Amino acid sequence: MANTDAELERLTRRDVWDGFKQLTPISLFVVAFGLAFGLAATQTGLTDHSSLLMSALVFAGASQFASLELWGMHVPVVPLVVTVFAVNARHLLMGATLYPYLRHLPPAKRYAVMFVVSDANWAMSMQAFNLGKPGLGILFGGGLALWTFWVLGTWLGIYFGSAIQDPVSLGLDMVMGCFLLAMVVGGKKNLRMVVIWIVAGCASMLAYWYLPANSHVVVGALAGGLLGALWMEKSK
Amino acid sequence: MTVETAGSGTLVIILIMAVVTLVTRWGGVFAMSFVPISRRTEQFISAMSGSVLVALLTPMAVNGDNGARLALLVTAMTMLLLKKPLPAIAAGIVAVALFRQL
Repeated sequence: MANTDAELERLTRRDVWDGFKQLTPISLFVVAFGLAFGLAATQTGLTDHSSLLMSALVFAGASQFASLELWGMHVPVVPLVVTVFAVNARHLLMGATLYPYLRHLPPAKRYAVMFVVSDANWAMSMQAFNLGKPGLGILFGGGLALWTFWVLGTWLGIYFGSAIQDPVSLGLDMVMGCFLLAMVVGGKKNLRMVVIWIVAGCASMLAYWYLPANSHVVVGALAGGLLGALWMEKSK
Repeated sequence: MTVETAGSGTLVIILIMAVVTLVTRWGGVFAMSFVPISRRTEQFISAMSGSVLVALLTPMAVNGDNGARLALLVTAMTMLLLKKPLPAIAAGIVAVALFRQL
């Protein structure tokens, strides 16, 4: 191998800036998603500050959209925690795959980098690592780019969202649903996954009708997860 | 247990979400420094992360009006055809907006 481990795990200011620039084209899409979130959050009744703060602190689109579904005068805590955890559980897998490249960093640096891990910068940094190139700059700098544009997009969405008079007639109440569905359909699709989704959907609906309010999210997530653990994918 | 969305309640909710998300961001790296994540755990996690979205969406489709169902249908079809989320979401919204003008 041409590169030493030390070089792979390099993280200078320059690497971070290069990573930032590398993720900027993708981040234009992130602005659009942020805009959709800002719109949806405004329709749900979040104040401008709350929506912006949520994007800045949570920085995980699908879970933010999902939390809007539970929003009302009161927000149930357990379904909220389970929903956010389940939607973001894929971060656990990202962390696990990044571990070999992070373990030589001092802990403070290691966990600081993980603050901004998201789908796009994780995928691109893993690609770099697999090619034997340094990837931590892409991970951290790219993450900073994604974060910046996510917050910017949210702000734009709030701005336009509060200007729209009749959001339902424009279909804006469905932004959240369409976003979440696009995430599901865009994921890995095979017979196993489709069966898991059907089981999750049926379990959710049964819980929705017969169990206490909001338990359907937890029940559906666990039903699908357990089936996935029992019926494992064939190893490559 | 619920938290009111009036006053500082919203801040509490956002902080809860931020902490839970941070646990997922840090948890994988933290756990790996003790013991590698097993294959079964990995399969559970990946199955669960899609299932929770399906669990949120199903009641939306079952209880929603025909416009809502149309939006979801169009989004799913466009996503299958183009494999790009932004056009898929846009197509879904345009479909329901047109439907509701009728």
